[in-house]
Amino acid sequence: MKPEIVIFYIVSSFIVGLAFLTVFSRRIFRAAVFLLFCLLGIAAIYFMLDADFLAALQIVIYVGGIVVLVIFSIFLTHQSGEKMPRAKIRRWIPAVLLSLISMFAILLVVFTSGFKRSEQVWQVLSVKEIGHQLFDFTNHGYVFPFEIASILLLSALIGCIVIAIQIRKSN
Amino acid sequence: MEQIPVTHYLVLSTVLFCLGVLGFFIRRNMIALLMSVELILNSVNINFVVFNRFLYPENMEGVFFILFIITIAAAEVSVGLAITINLYRKFKSIDIEETDQLKY
Repeated sequence: MKPEIVIFYIVSSFIVGLAFLTVFSRRIFRAAVFLLFCLLGIAAIYFMLDADFLAALQIVIYVGGIVVLVIFSIFLTHQSGEKMPRAKIRRWIPAVLLSLISMFAILLVVFTSGFKRSEQVWQVLSVKEIGHQLFDFTNHGYVFPFEIASILLLSALIGCIVIAIQIRKSN
Repeated sequence: MEQIPVTHYLVLSTVLFCLGVLGFFIRRNMIALLMSVELILNSVNINFVVFNRFLYPENMEGVFFILFIITIAAAEVSVGLAITINLYRKFKSIDIEETDQLKY
């Protein structure tokens, strides 16, 4: 029993447990912190799968950007501290049924379709290769989605400022 | 990581996806809704990495998909939180059962 296998099962149960706590926790601040550790666990999975660049990206952007933004907005909407009310029963039962049925349907497909591993070896991601293909015009290059993503980020930035701004009247 | 079958990784990502969907339908707080959406997007990212590494290791397409998913998730969460903050100013609450009126 190699240690990598044991570590994978420990980390994945950590991730699932924290995701469960995120979804069912009644205090919003604790849910944000559980989400933070869940995303760190997912970064650990990326490290184990030899995708170091993606793990670093996940930690920097998701954990260090998005969850911090969520925590700031929890402070700005004065939510931390109180227990949130539970959802009504009328909402719980169809949601749980839908989620369980879809999980079993997806697992059925996953276990009945044979995923054959390829024999080739995966090279550890090198940032140079990613950069070459990201800015390539030909040969399945990704320069066009990259430019569109930068326009999207600019418009999201401007949109957030416009939506959340508070214009004080100067009297 | 060669002894763990591919399906075990996919079970992990399926469970995360279904927990995200469950949280999206159950939660009353709007910020908690956005956190459940983040869980869904992360489960899809795990799927992409697993398929890229084990089934098509000569390509790098999965990595680029994940790059763009992370980018778009960041943009979407920030706009969603800006809307939430604006909503809080009007209704003094971000409970979706209480914020139930349109503008006029």
